[in-house]
Amino acid sequence: MGTTAFEIHDMTVAYHRRPVLWDIDLQIPEGKLVGIVGPNGAGKTTLIKAALGLVPLASGKVEIYGQSYNQQRQIVGYVPQRESVDWDFPVTVRDVVLMGTYGQLGWFRRPGRVEREIADRCLQQVDMAPLANRQIRQLSGGQQQRVFLARALAQAARLYFLDEPFAGVDAATETAIVELLHTLRSTGKTVLVVHHDLQTVREYFDYVILLNMRLIACGPVESTFTQENLQKTYGGRLTLLDEAAEAMRIRESQ
Amino acid sequence: MPTIFAETILFALLPEISVGGWIVLTGIATNAACAVVGCFLVLRRMSLMGDAISHAVLPGLVLAFLFSGSMSILPLFVGAAAVGIVTTFLTQSLHQYARVPSDASMGVVFTSLFALGVVLVKKYVSGLHFDIACVYEGSLELVPFAEPVAGLPRPLFTTLVVLGINLVILVLFWKELKVSSFDPSLASTMGFSATAMHYLLMVMVAVTTVASFEAVGSILVVAMLIVPAATAHLLCDRLGIMIALSVAIGAASALLGYAAGVWFDTNLAGMMTVVAGGIYALAVFLSPRHGIVSAVMKNMQVSLRVLREDLLAMLYRVEELASDKPISPEQAQQAIGGGWQARWALRGLARMGQIQRSPERLTLTDAGRDAARALVRSHRLWETFLVEHLGMPLDHVHQPAHRVEHYIDQRLQQELESELSTTGQDPHGREIPK
Repeated sequence: MGTTAFEIHDMTVAYHRRPVLWDIDLQIPEGKLVGIVGPNGAGKTTLIKAALGLVPLASGKVEIYGQSYNQQRQIVGYVPQRESVDWDFPVTVRDVVLMGTYGQLGWFRRPGRVEREIADRCLQQVDMAPLANRQIRQLSGGQQQRVFLARALAQAARLYFLDEPFAGVDAATETAIVELLHTLRSTGKTVLVVHHDLQTVREYFDYVILLNMRLIACGPVESTFTQENLQKTYGGRLTLLDEAAEAMRIRESQ
Repeated sequence: MPTIFAETILFALLPEISVGGWIVLTGIATNAACAVVGCFLVLRRMSLMGDAISHAVLPGLVLAFLFSGSMSILPLFVGAAAVGIVTTFLTQSLHQYARVPSDASMGVVFTSLFALGVVLVKKYVSGLHFDIACVYEGSLELVPFAEPVAGLPRPLFTTLVVLGINLVILVLFWKELKVSSFDPSLASTMGFSATAMHYLLMVMVAVTTVASFEAVGSILVVAMLIVPAATAHLLCDRLGIMIALSVAIGAASALLGYAAGVWFDTNLAGMMTVVAGGIYALAVFLSPRHGIVSAVMKNMQVSLRVLREDLLAMLYRVEELASDKPISPEQAQQAIGGGWQARWALRGLARMGQIQRSPERLTLTDAGRDAARALVRSHRLWETFLVEHLGMPLDHVHQPAHRVEHYIDQRLQQELESELSTTGQDPHGREIPK
């Protein structure tokens, strides 16, 4: 196995003391397309947010190419869920993509010609160049998702986290996203994708993380995405974990 | 009346000879300083945070006054900034840790702090510069008579300093404010802490509020924070333009508000805000994109187009039947519902060169026939599609096709063609024109 791009070591994440992810341990090798799969409330988005330092860890650590997120943020790209932002915001498509370059610029420096060229190139990659000057309100769901992907490309990262990029997009956009994922992989990037559609997991990804509050399995799709593991992920509620979490919450609130 | 208005404005614009000039300048500076931060409050859906902080700063002001023994600017700003931070911190903590809904925690924090301020004023500083009524409505009228600082009345000087600070922060943190307002989690992952930007903004709100306090009071300052920004948001869709426009709207409402206030002989700051509200109302009606008027206009344009197309398609069908009986303009209008809209539709088609009319006869021109053929084609393709793919009964397909035909362009026509097994005849056995 080659370089490890992303590693989680014994990580627990809790909201208000109630654990939502228990003792996660996993390693992702560089250059893989990774599906993060699990039922609603399994902690898929939380896993990403914890990796990005957006929610505090109760314990454990996250490493990106062997170092903490704070040291490596320049090489990490992030696409949040489309609904997490206000599409009425007065910015154009190009403005949003330019935001992808802000991280490399650091504090105070303004994007210039170079950054605008990067933004335009990224827009071309997702077939959105003709709409560069549109206000983002006027876009369809699929187009909004493409803008977010272009922004992630502008981040010029080595490791990407995409939160449900396939949610509510048209078939053409879905195909475009898959193509883009393949392009990223062919240039050695690692991409983790929160994914809902079990039918397409085999087709889209090399690697899969099966999650339901705890890690069920993590590995290559052929050996990991099995009926048995899916049964463990989706079948039956994890009553013991749930009960323990509930007990901790109640104890805390007394 | 217009000349008097103009004279008042002109008079007001000559500060060296007029009391009004100082008042208008102070109004403009206050509005501008407020508008700059107000835009971000509006965009972050935190408009009421301005209200909260403008009340909560009172105890900070009193404490600053008590400690420094003066109304000089620096202690007041420090007090305000401190309260801005405390209010934000308390509101967020209550929401996060005590699980109080965010609106309730805001309501609890700012009212309690304001009450604390009132108690402090009554206990320690009554009879001095502080006056609760003045806190509410300010005293813009008295601005010209305040002691001068650097040749300017003190409230104007204070506001200009704050306007300057706000503009400097805006320029320095432009991209950070932009990204953290649009997508806070992305901003945080890039290292621009959304929390830090939130606090920065809240301190700006607190300091701006305090600077505007003496002139316009704690309630009207909320209007100046929010109303011009909300108006600008309706009118444009670029952040930079929105901020510039909200400053301009603020300035315009100060100027017109002053003129109207003098005319009606009433509270000037109040009048400025009423004018701002009026401009907002106008924007709601007239905004090119979201305005009520433009929505009505667009709606009407669509219904006129639909009527024109119905008329064309009808004439085409009449031709198809090869009947000798001509259809008159009058009959045609009646057939598409009559009234002024039908008359307009007819006139529109004639102007576009798609029909020729004489008093007793209405005929399609070649251009009109082409347009009509495309429509009828769309209509019959859709009917065929409904029967073939959705299994709808024959007598149910005309109405839906009649509605949809106006929205089927060439691309959709081609898609329909490729989906359908036969494109020669519609389900009623009529030819589908090419």
